[in-house]
Amino acid sequence: MSDTFFSGAPHWTWLIILYFFVGGIAGGASLLAAVVDWFGGPEDRPVVRTGYNVAAVGAIVSGALLTVDLGRPLRFWHMLFQSANFPAIMFKGWSPISFGAWGILLFGLFAVLAALGGMAEEGRLHNPALRAVGGVVRGGLAKLVGGVTGLLGVFIAGYTGVLLSVTNRPIWADGPWLGALFAASAVSTGAAALILLAPRRGASEQSLARLSAFDTKALVLELLLLVLFLASLGSVNRVWVGVWGVVLLVGVVGLGILAPLRLHLQRRPVASAARLVLLGGFLLRLATIFASEGIGHYRVTAGM
Amino acid sequence: MIMPEAMGFFTDTTVCIGCKACEVACKEWNQLPAENGGVRELSGDSYDNTRKLDGIHWRHVRFIEQFKGPYDGRWLMMSDVCKHCVQAGCLEVCPTGAIIRTQFDTVVIQSDVCNGCRACIAACPFGVIDINPVSGTAQKCTLCYDRLQVGLEPACSKACPTDSIQFGTIAELRTRAEKRVAQLKSQGVDAQLYGADPKGPLGGLNSFYLLVDKPEVYGLPRHPELPTANLAKSGGLSVASAAVLGLLAIVGLRKRRMDEQSRGGTGNV
Repeated sequence: MSDTFFSGAPHWTWLIILYFFVGGIAGGASLLAAVVDWFGGPEDRPVVRTGYNVAAVGAIVSGALLTVDLGRPLRFWHMLFQSANFPAIMFKGWSPISFGAWGILLFGLFAVLAALGGMAEEGRLHNPALRAVGGVVRGGLAKLVGGVTGLLGVFIAGYTGVLLSVTNRPIWADGPWLGALFAASAVSTGAAALILLAPRRGASEQSLARLSAFDTKALVLELLLLVLFLASLGSVNRVWVGVWGVVLLVGVVGLGILAPLRLHLQRRPVASAARLVLLGGFLLRLATIFASEGIGHYRVTAGM
Repeated sequence: MIMPEAMGFFTDTTVCIGCKACEVACKEWNQLPAENGGVRELSGDSYDNTRKLDGIHWRHVRFIEQFKGPYDGRWLMMSDVCKHCVQAGCLEVCPTGAIIRTQFDTVVIQSDVCNGCRACIAACPFGVIDINPVSGTAQKCTLCYDRLQVGLEPACSKACPTDSIQFGTIAELRTRAEKRVAQLKSQGVDAQLYGADPKGPLGGLNSFYLLVDKPEVYGLPRHPELPTANLAKSGGLSVASAAVLGLLAIVGLRKRRMDEQSRGGTGNV
């Protein structure tokens, strides 16, 4: 029996699963927006602007979900500053939950700046203060802000899996692949969100086709990483015998990866594949969290 | 100021009688609330009805009922508690700095700093910590930090009627524990210490045990590890995955744009 079976479940449930999902989409979308911002053309601007908006909204929702999930939400700032020694910084470079808190804060700041820049570009900002901020973020500065948002976004995409690995819990700490898997899933769901949302901002068929082609590759990588993740678990895989194993196999692999891959290859309309990718991304986090959360310490030791 | 010596518990499970006086003393001294509004739910499959350590049970007497038949078996009992690890996983990951190491080399959660993120619960290899629903913060044994500071011994060891829980300096407790193991071995009992070795896992445990069966039987991991043991590998693979995804996006996009340009498309890099 793995030593991880003797630890206790941290009660990270629905709010954390939603955060992992929303944060992943935001991180993935911001990476793609930044790449298209730097290497795309003028016709790709709707994708870029949508990406930064998804990143900004996702970062704000993520912060709210994490704060509400705390046992003492009003003490959320204790993760950023030393409560007894304010304003000294609270930061542990070896604790993912500590550097993750700073990551989300910075990601949110840069994503909001990038989104305001994009909205100013479209002339959609009516509030004078926001218009002033958005007006500053243009040209070279906009590219720089976008690039930093993308880098922070890809960090957000992957660190959540690392956070789970840096515990003593079954599944999460039994193999090293969860961060890599979550990163691939996050970028793939980010692409799916852009495919669904960018047409409303005037994205061209060409832009969407490029995103769809990228998503195909991301899904193949995700499948490969999922296989490596499961292979690394060894005998711990017995915990998948049950409802969460079915969710992983049918929901994540079947509906979330293989079905959209088939739709991509058949060149069907990209939106239906994107919806399945989003469903798969959510179910991946749901199954990974709940399969481990359900293993209680006392049940195991009591042989129940 | 003279620093006090490292203090801790040596729990000799062979003399535990399962009276749970330690659990009661702990609850009384630390004013821990009753579970389920005081309405006790029986476990139904064991004489142990408190079952586990959590945010409102900082001591728990584990009953291991090894019975093959009505006249063939034995009881093992172990008063379990926070191990006050020399290298503590909870302290390592705590993002608020709420978990500290005291002058007695014990590990304490400051309830006024903790914000209830629960990272420490998942980090503890022993399943010791949980949320106290009254405070909304993570809580566990403090090794009676308040009592230690005024020269009193912890409430549980004070209450223990058989001295199964012994409190003292780690150096003295280790000597005592080794003598007890030798005594039991001379009587033919297969006794072993768990967590007494400073060169062992987690740098040794400041609450260590004398066991007469495998650690797993008592609900103890054989090789407890720090959670950050996974950080470098998991982080490295995550960065590699992110780099591959970034490159796929850049290369894919440029290639497609070049293809489109060569076909006379609208791209204009």
